[in-house]
Amino acid sequence: MDEQKNVLEIKNLKKQFGDREILKGIDFSVNKGDVVCIIGPSGSGKSTLIRCINFLETPTSGEVCYKGENVLKQYKDLALYRTKVGMVFQQFNLFNNMTVLENCVVGQVKVLKKDHEAARQTAMKYLYHVGMADYINAKPNQLSGGQKQRVAIARAMALEPEVLLLDEPTSALDSEMVGEVLTVMRELANAGLTMIVVTHEMAFAREVASKVIFIDQGVIAEEATPEIIFKNPSNPRTKEFLCRFTQNN
Amino acid sequence: MTTMPTTFSEWVFFLLQQYGVLFVKGAMVTLLLALVGTFIGCLIGFIVGIIQTIPVDPNMGAVKKNFYRVVRWLLDAYVEVFRGTPMIVQAMVVYYGSMSLFNIDMSAMFAGFLVVSINTGAYMAETVRGGINSIDPGQTEAATAIGMNHLQTMRSVILPQALRNIMPQIGNNLIINIKDTSVLNVISVTELYFSSKSAAGVYYKYFEVFFITCTIYFIMTFTVSRLLRWVEGRMAGPRDYQLVAYDPMQDPCGHFQIPTRKEQD
Repeated sequence: MDEQKNVLEIKNLKKQFGDREILKGIDFSVNKGDVVCIIGPSGSGKSTLIRCINFLETPTSGEVCYKGENVLKQYKDLALYRTKVGMVFQQFNLFNNMTVLENCVVGQVKVLKKDHEAARQTAMKYLYHVGMADYINAKPNQLSGGQKQRVAIARAMALEPEVLLLDEPTSALDSEMVGEVLTVMRELANAGLTMIVVTHEMAFAREVASKVIFIDQGVIAEEATPEIIFKNPSNPRTKEFLCRFTQNN
Repeated sequence: MTTMPTTFSEWVFFLLQQYGVLFVKGAMVTLLLALVGTFIGCLIGFIVGIIQTIPVDPNMGAVKKNFYRVVRWLLDAYVEVFRGTPMIVQAMVVYYGSMSLFNIDMSAMFAGFLVVSINTGAYMAETVRGGINSIDPGQTEAATAIGMNHLQTMRSVILPQALRNIMPQIGNNLIINIKDTSVLNVISVTELYFSSKSAAGVYYKYFEVFFITCTIYFIMTFTVSRLLRWVEGRMAGPRDYQLVAYDPMQDPCGHFQIPTRKEQD
């Protein structure tokens, strides 16, 4: 029963770039419906970790298990796995040559081999949900940052993934646009979507996360519920990091 | 017998009357060689560019890795050899070489198409590589993250954007080809320069004939250059967009409501 609930499991994941070891053995697991927030100082390996989970970076060693199966062994073609684990980037990375609608349709048609009409309907459903249904004919460079990121979320959701990875989704946005993206993320979390979010939005982490992971210098320094992390962290480094945050804000 | 022309303008007019058809035929051959050569050259360039940007996964098998390495080396060799030798020499080597080495008796015209295409291909390969590299790596990452493979990513995302960036260079190549197909006269392709030489020889009126030739070349290149500008403008697409009032009740997929966590449990 527990095995069923476990969606992702990261086992002793290491990543080296040349001689530099960025991730020094990361272990954690994600259950269905969890919202895992990964926090930590810049350069601690948060982004590398989330990119290793969908193999945009190939881990040097260790395993990523999806529903109990080692992804690299089980999925000869990573494409199928990647449709199950969606990704939202800090820089949005919408396809600049396509309209908003085409951005959300192309993956379904090319990868999931859906017919165009079914793909359009699914795309519209999620675009409507993120509040971008009116903008289907716009090109990405005609949109604001917040709008782009909402489309990017709709694009990832249109493949109907089991897990959504978000790599600092609000860090490239003006502060007035952060809210609209966080609202969408909050709604997805409420709907029961499993998410892993790398974020500097501590308020969001505190409110939405079911688990917060604090990463420092390539290792998990602390992993606990938001109540413990934010009110009573056991690791002095966590306390120091969060102190800097409350001072800044 | 009509009286022979005396002034420059009379000669030009006279030569146009006498050899107008020859000039037009020559110009058509030149245009055809340049257009077909540039088109096939672009195709070669895109194929080479796509192959050269296949990502090499460190976990890939040794056989596959070495295969890619060999293919890449061959393509590099092709680019270097055909960029590094003059087209006039390539024409001679291909035309006469095919005959003496392989006993293939190709027509001068076919040899012409071949030489212009592979020569342009070598230049375009580098241009396309540059065009692909100019696209933000985030585009490739996003395509990879939704499960698209290299070919799908190239076709739907990268190449349409790269094509827009390299349009000026494709235009350059086309214009260069219109002019440089003149070297094919060494293997007797009856393009504009070859026709002009024939016409000039009759009355020994080199300046008058090549003045006409010059004008025709310029008209062709200038027209092509303007046409390509127009195409570039079209490719940029409309600068504004229309909002679409979306009514989910009208949509066949119906009204969509996200279930709350409570309802699910």
